[in-house]
Amino acid sequence: MSKRALAVSLLIGSLFCSPLRADPLQDLQGLVKQGQLAQALERADQLLASKPRDAQVRFLKGVVLSELNRSSDAIAIFQKLTEDYPELPEPYNNLAVLYAQQRQYDKARNALEMAIRTHPSYATAHENLGDIYARLASQAYDKALALDSSNVAAQNKLALIREMISVGGKTTRPAVAATPAAAPAPAAKPVAPPPVAAASPAPAKPAPAAVPAPAPVTPPTPPATKPAPVAPPAATMAAAAATKPATPTPPATVAAKEEAKPAKRPETKDEAPPQAAAVAKAVQSWAGAWSRKDVKGYLGHYAREFETPKGLSRKAWEEERTQRLTKPGNIEVELENVKVVSVEGNKATVKLRQHYRSLNLSTSSNKTLNLINQDGKWVIQQERVGG
Amino acid sequence: MRGLFHAASRALLVLASSWACLGLAATAPAAQPPGDPDPALAAVVRDIEAGKLDAALKKVDALLERFPNFRLAHLIRGDLLLARTRPIATFGNLPEAPADKLSDLREEAIVRLKAYRNRPPNNYVPRYLLQMEQEQKYAVVVDTQRSRLYIYQNDGGRPRFVADYYIAHGKLGAEKNREGDKRTPIGVYHVTANLPKQKLSDFYGSGAFPISYPNEWDRQQGRNGHGIWLHGTPSDTYSRPPRASDGCVVLTNQDFDAIAGYMQIGLTPVIISNTIEWLSLDDWAAERAALTRQIEAWRKDWESRDVERYLSHYSKSFRNSDGDLQQWARQKRLVGSGKTWVKVGLNKMSVFRNPGKQDMIVVTFEQDYRSNNLSNVLRKRQYWMKESGQWKIIYEGFA
Repeated sequence: MSKRALAVSLLIGSLFCSPLRADPLQDLQGLVKQGQLAQALERADQLLASKPRDAQVRFLKGVVLSELNRSSDAIAIFQKLTEDYPELPEPYNNLAVLYAQQRQYDKARNALEMAIRTHPSYATAHENLGDIYARLASQAYDKALALDSSNVAAQNKLALIREMISVGGKTTRPAVAATPAAAPAPAAKPVAPPPVAAASPAPAKPAPAAVPAPAPVTPPTPPATKPAPVAPPAATMAAAAATKPATPTPPATVAAKEEAKPAKRPETKDEAPPQAAAVAKAVQSWAGAWSRKDVKGYLGHYAREFETPKGLSRKAWEEERTQRLTKPGNIEVELENVKVVSVEGNKATVKLRQHYRSLNLSTSSNKTLNLINQDGKWVIQQERVGG
Repeated sequence: MRGLFHAASRALLVLASSWACLGLAATAPAAQPPGDPDPALAAVVRDIEAGKLDAALKKVDALLERFPNFRLAHLIRGDLLLARTRPIATFGNLPEAPADKLSDLREEAIVRLKAYRNRPPNNYVPRYLLQMEQEQKYAVVVDTQRSRLYIYQNDGGRPRFVADYYIAHGKLGAEKNREGDKRTPIGVYHVTANLPKQKLSDFYGSGAFPISYPNEWDRQQGRNGHGIWLHGTPSDTYSRPPRASDGCVVLTNQDFDAIAGYMQIGLTPVIISNTIEWLSLDDWAAERAALTRQIEAWRKDWESRDVERYLSHYSKSFRNSDGDLQQWARQKRLVGSGKTWVKVGLNKMSVFRNPGKQDMIVVTFEQDYRSNNLSNVLRKRQYWMKESGQWKIIYEGFA
């Protein structure tokens, strides 16, 4: 989570100010992106010498310090920024990420809730908050059940969390590439400048840019504290994109700006073996069929000997699924962090994060799919929540 | 977003309504001592039932500030936090959690909420407390099925409710029979000692009050085992699950400290039941009067020096440490022949009904016996049992 959130914040951070002095700032941003942290820090300090209150530069300095693992310095900067500019959500978000790294989840939660209070549609904060809640819940369960580190269950839990962190890192990023939305809404105010080929391929995660923001102006019912797994950027997946909202809401301002980001499509990495690519493709196609409410296509993605949940008969399960899929209203299924964990012979395992949204239910969950190659086609043999 | 929360609250609702199914109809509870987490716990559940998860979480947080080691509250907090990220299906949403620990906490939740919502009825008293002697200031009555301990004050002979507390009892339930059977005994006991915290390991928390298990009746029934105590809780947890001990009655440390002041060593009765039977004050008074008459008849028949009339109060299955009814009768007939007059005074008498299916009472008194050739004052205990509608003495001995 941390890497992702920081990276995202960095992007957003570069945008929330007016492009007054684009040049020195762009310089600084460039240094940060290239990982030239020492120089970046030096440059930031230079800029701050003349303009000590400059939010943009201070923010970037905070990011640099975070990258340099100087957490307490970074925390001090973001903390001060939240005091000076309580209306900006990003410093809160980054503060939260740093607190979370220190396992101070309550503080992290408070910071994120502040971010959301000021910007109810701030997707990154929502996502991060979801993670924080999950970790707080895990801590609470540990206390409730007196689990300790010697306990296998507890270890599994923690390992899972670590994995979630690393997923945001540099190593694993198969099919779900960072492809900031291809402007979902023609209706979007043309505030957004045309795509600039700016970002290095670095952006770990799709920025929350393309999230069709919920009514940005007057946040609906206030529960700013109620996070919701906001659907990830639209364009992350072809399948999802295909079914994207029939009625595109205008992106929030933040989102619109994000559009500025660009454009390189890291697409499927070439290091992925062809079989893995085929597996990933099958999984995406499964989600696509689900989103299109294409029952036949959806069921076609399950193996003949699919292990039905709850011991249902195949028939009962198919009926249940059919009923679910054909309920009125849109279904959106988006996959994130699709990771082909293993491909061995005609068996494969995929881990992913699934965002599901229908008329009356939104969920985000981690899933593990076991697939088998049946008649030349990768199909799901077992579907588990978790992992 | 909405959807998620509806789903989540629905899931908790399932949970909450499963509690409701257990007969947790909400009634306005009486004021509780500040050391009691149950009102706050009940408020949390009310919020969950109403779908107010944010409010519920705030209340759980506040509860945990007061009781940092309250595991049940941690579990509910975990659920409420997790409900913010995904729909939750059950109580304790940790798939890999040890099932026994989860069900322990679930049961604790149920008994706590039940006890909170179903307070002991006003103007009803436990059937067992028929008569406390004047010096017994308080009595302890335990309901193992409800995981509850009640304190009653001796208000001129009438028991008056003081407070009640959550307790844990034997892992394998009640009706102790054998050493090591991990059960809590059912019967009429009293506190026999006070073991201060300093002399005990952390396991017993704030201290311990051993009770008089096995009593005379238990021994006659061949029950054994020992070391049944009321005691506190280890420091790493606020409370233990409803069924947790090897037979002891376990209170939270705060509650143990609260009841410690009521305990009179050698005197305070501790009556442990499966399920307390409650009597209206009228029924209680009637039952008490009938038994008092019965005991008085026995006393008068003794004074009458008609040994056979006196012996008619004893059960055919009478036994004590000296032998059976035959030996008892022989002894009485022997002694009776030399009496020209007998006066029997019964003082400091307590009458407690023994919990359980059998109609049995435990009578303890100071017997002031005077006669032409012998006088003494003895502390005695009798067990009376109803046989074919008649109360008969089944045990009599020194107390």
